[in-house]
Amino acid sequence: MAPPRSFLWTRRIVLTLLALFALTPVYVMITSSLKNLQDVQGAFRWLPDGLTIRPYLDIWHTVPLARYFLNSLIVAGCATVCSVTVAVLAAYAVSRYSFRGRRFFTVTVLSTQMFPGILFLLPLFLIFVNIGNSTGVALYGSRGGLILTYLTFSLPFAVWMLVGYFDSIPRELDEAATVDGCGPLGALWRVVVPAAVPGIVAVSVYAFMTAWGEVLFASVMTDDTTRTLAVGLQGYASQTDVHWNQVMAASLVVSVPVVAGFLLLQRYLVAGLTAGAVK
Amino acid sequence: MTARLRRIGLPYLLLLPALALELLIHLVPMAVGVAMSFKELTQFFIRDWNAAPWSGLANFRIAVDLDAPVGQALLRSFGVTCAFTVLAVGLSWLLGTVAAILMQDRFRGRGLLRTAFLVPYALPVYAAVITWSFMFQRDNGMVNHLLHDQLGLTADPPFWLIGDHSFAALVTVTVWRTFPFAFLILTAALQNVPRELYEAAAMDGAGIRQQIRRITLPSLRPVNQVLVLVLFLWTFNDFNTPYVLFGRSVPEAADLISVHIYQASFVTWNFGAGSAMSVLLLLFLLVVTAAYLLVTSRRERGPRKARGPRGRRPARV
Amino acid sequence: MRTNRLRTAVGATLAAALTALTAGCGGSPTGAAGGSNTNPRTLTYWASNQAGSGIEQDKKILAPELAKFERQTGIKVELEVVPWADLLNRVLAAATSGQGPDVLNIGNTWSASLQAGGSLLPFDDKTLAKVGGKDRFAPSALAATGAAGKDPAAVPLYSLAYGLYYNKQRFREAGIDKPPATWDELAAVGKKLTGDGRYGVALEGGNPVENAHHAFILGKQHGAAFFDAQGRPAFDSPAAVEAVKQYVDLMAKEKIAAPGNAEYGQNQSVKDFATGKAAMLLWQAAGSSLKVHGMRPDAYGVAPMPLQKTADRGDRAVTSMVAGINLAVFRGTDNLDGALKFVKFMTSTPEQKALNSAYGSVPPIVEAQRDPAFAGPEQAMQRAALDGHAAPLPQVPEESQFETLVGTAVKELFADAAAGRPVTTDSVKQRLSKAQQQMAK
Repeated sequence: MAPPRSFLWTRRIVLTLLALFALTPVYVMITSSLKNLQDVQGAFRWLPDGLTIRPYLDIWHTVPLARYFLNSLIVAGCATVCSVTVAVLAAYAVSRYSFRGRRFFTVTVLSTQMFPGILFLLPLFLIFVNIGNSTGVALYGSRGGLILTYLTFSLPFAVWMLVGYFDSIPRELDEAATVDGCGPLGALWRVVVPAAVPGIVAVSVYAFMTAWGEVLFASVMTDDTTRTLAVGLQGYASQTDVHWNQVMAASLVVSVPVVAGFLLLQRYLVAGLTAGAVK
Repeated sequence: MTARLRRIGLPYLLLLPALALELLIHLVPMAVGVAMSFKELTQFFIRDWNAAPWSGLANFRIAVDLDAPVGQALLRSFGVTCAFTVLAVGLSWLLGTVAAILMQDRFRGRGLLRTAFLVPYALPVYAAVITWSFMFQRDNGMVNHLLHDQLGLTADPPFWLIGDHSFAALVTVTVWRTFPFAFLILTAALQNVPRELYEAAAMDGAGIRQQIRRITLPSLRPVNQVLVLVLFLWTFNDFNTPYVLFGRSVPEAADLISVHIYQASFVTWNFGAGSAMSVLLLLFLLVVTAAYLLVTSRRERGPRKARGPRGRRPARV
Repeated sequence: MRTNRLRTAVGATLAAALTALTAGCGGSPTGAAGGSNTNPRTLTYWASNQAGSGIEQDKKILAPELAKFERQTGIKVELEVVPWADLLNRVLAAATSGQGPDVLNIGNTWSASLQAGGSLLPFDDKTLAKVGGKDRFAPSALAATGAAGKDPAAVPLYSLAYGLYYNKQRFREAGIDKPPATWDELAAVGKKLTGDGRYGVALEGGNPVENAHHAFILGKQHGAAFFDAQGRPAFDSPAAVEAVKQYVDLMAKEKIAAPGNAEYGQNQSVKDFATGKAAMLLWQAAGSSLKVHGMRPDAYGVAPMPLQKTADRGDRAVTSMVAGINLAVFRGTDNLDGALKFVKFMTSTPEQKALNSAYGSVPPIVEAQRDPAFAGPEQAMQRAALDGHAAPLPQVPEESQFETLVGTAVKELFADAAAGRPVTTDSVKQRLSKAQQQMAK
């Protein structure tokens, strides 16, 4: 059944406007990244004249961009994998078992989202330093500490969302698997996780982006060797000069892999449950 | 016996990693933060927190004293934050929902468009927001070029980064950065709505608008419950956007509470006062969240009971 | 029952963890004496970003000097260049936890705040003697290293001063033969240069730090101190109001600055000056930035900042704050002797010549100042200003609050002026009073 014409037109107009809203800043970034610093702050024009690729060559020498990029990939990647794993386990427990303390757990976890980050920044740093002093495990200044921090940032929302997604998967499916001889974890791994792929993908993207973009904690918990992109990009603004063209060129360069990853993943965002399980 | 023990213990075992991590990274530091709020923790004691004298409720008293400038400024900042949060969350959710619903059906270019919507989310915060501040410049920015030079909507080019318009600028940037997330989550959630329901409704003669109202939105309710709450909490506590957009001193009209607290603690080196404000904020958010969960869960309680202990939630059509 | 037990367990764990933690946050383990020598082979050094073209440039400038130090002493220096955006947070975290570098360089305005918390090693006369003695340093620069009456918390490393930059060609075209020496002259000259979308002067009105500096300089000229002798804030004294009003009036009353300047906070004013949009600029060491924006050194002149009356002397003849970077030893250092050796090395005359010429600043070391490398017009002006016409910002622990609060008040006044709202003595006083009341005691 084809949707009515009016709907198609509404869709076209609304989506075009939204896409313009989403992409206009990106267009400004692209054109600005192709200008000399002298031109970049001049009066704005939609079609600039005098383009150069110079900023794309300079970005690697102004700050150690390649290293920051690698750090960000490692930190965000590890934090995502750990966070989603921990969240899947916890969400499975909340979704499939009724046990005492369930409500307490979910509410406690959610409440951690309410404290402004700036206030537990210093206490957390102190804890890391004290752990370092007493056990020799250096969490501050290391990627490990940052991974731990970020994974807990995305954990609460990941748990809550996954509980929602898991709830919508019929229980009969994993019960059948348990009868077939899988343990509960086997049922989780073989039945529930495959059926919840879109939800897990969405949560993974979220966990990745949380770690990818965090600024405040990274600014305190990293040093020059472990600094992440989100903080490192600010290095293009020195006390005396803001290298606008380079900031934008660098952000575009480092975003390309992320956007490409989205492109690959978005197929899984729409596969999954409805294809197999429910029918 | 061991089997029974295992069955009872298993959920706790599954929760253990999550709980341990939350405890270490969030709950203990939060408890320290609360303790800080009762101390006179200024630059004089920064090196040794134990030496800072207990100040009882003094920090709180200053924060809520509405006759004094500190309290008044905090209250104003709180008001600005509430208005900002309601607007930004509402708009982000609305745009995200509209985009997700309109892109439910397959059409040419859908994948590309979906990626385009996610681009604002993929750009590093600092770069994205600094680009907006670049676009919002009064004399050379893109926004005024469009509104003033090309469309002629304003007599004088307005300021966006100072003065009252800064509120609108902040909402715009936040919505731009947040709606892709709502879109992402809702797109994933829509996958779990069986197509048959739409087909059945269409057979009954329901138009598209009715289908959306009667099938789509109700099926999204569980996800929406969490989504809106989390958007609310993040937006309320957002620090990066105003801080990067306006620099070290944020205009009054866009003085969000988290920046306000940063100013009151880091910039002025008074962590006790900042902690007290944070604790007040925490209490407020706890109350709002509890009320929200109570209201949204009550609406759902009927069907939840029907779902039974092990049953599947029936789709409500 | 179960839930209760769980709750109790969680509560107990929390309490235990909390006690363990707070017991552990005693800061530096070495106590009040400060510093030890348990790790004599290496030093960590945090350098703030000084090079206009980014932190990699800083590393390039510093690396050969640090290698030289290693050859001389056998001590390896691990350098980290900290970007400005991170510096405050990093320094605070280091001060709180005792987990910081051995030596760090910071903007001199933070010295007093860090000194108050005891985070920095005091340079008493004995310690100063170890790094070459007090007399090697220019007195004005040494005055900006901590509270008066206390031992300095740092030693000066690079010095900077404000000056008036003017576009020679625009001055010639307007028939002006010398830079203005008083603010009245500046206003008159500015009016001649304003018109056709071009303006007399460019101001960084949206940057609270710049605003606070100018409020301070003009305040000195009007006889205002922003803190009284007891260290209490006095932001809204009549003299302070006059000073701030005079600065904002460049836009509000004289209209020689573009209204758009009210939102400038990313050095757009330097760009406006470099491109000829504004004919004058009040700045410190703008040379390298101007070059980046394509302005040649012979296209502009440098003069001292204007005064109220040319005959003014003493505090009223102050044309700049003592701007610059200090070098401090962190109290928790585990290589105290090495750290002091490093301070001595960095403030030695050859290093001072090399580093200050690389950064366009002026050496705070008297002997190094005489070097011909610092005879260029820009550095000669800075040297002259530092030599008797520069005052240190208030060396009180609350200095950073002063910068933020007064700077923000001035920013709001500029916003008023840009929006066409009147800026009067009353409105200035009101803003400044509000800023002062925010200094909660």
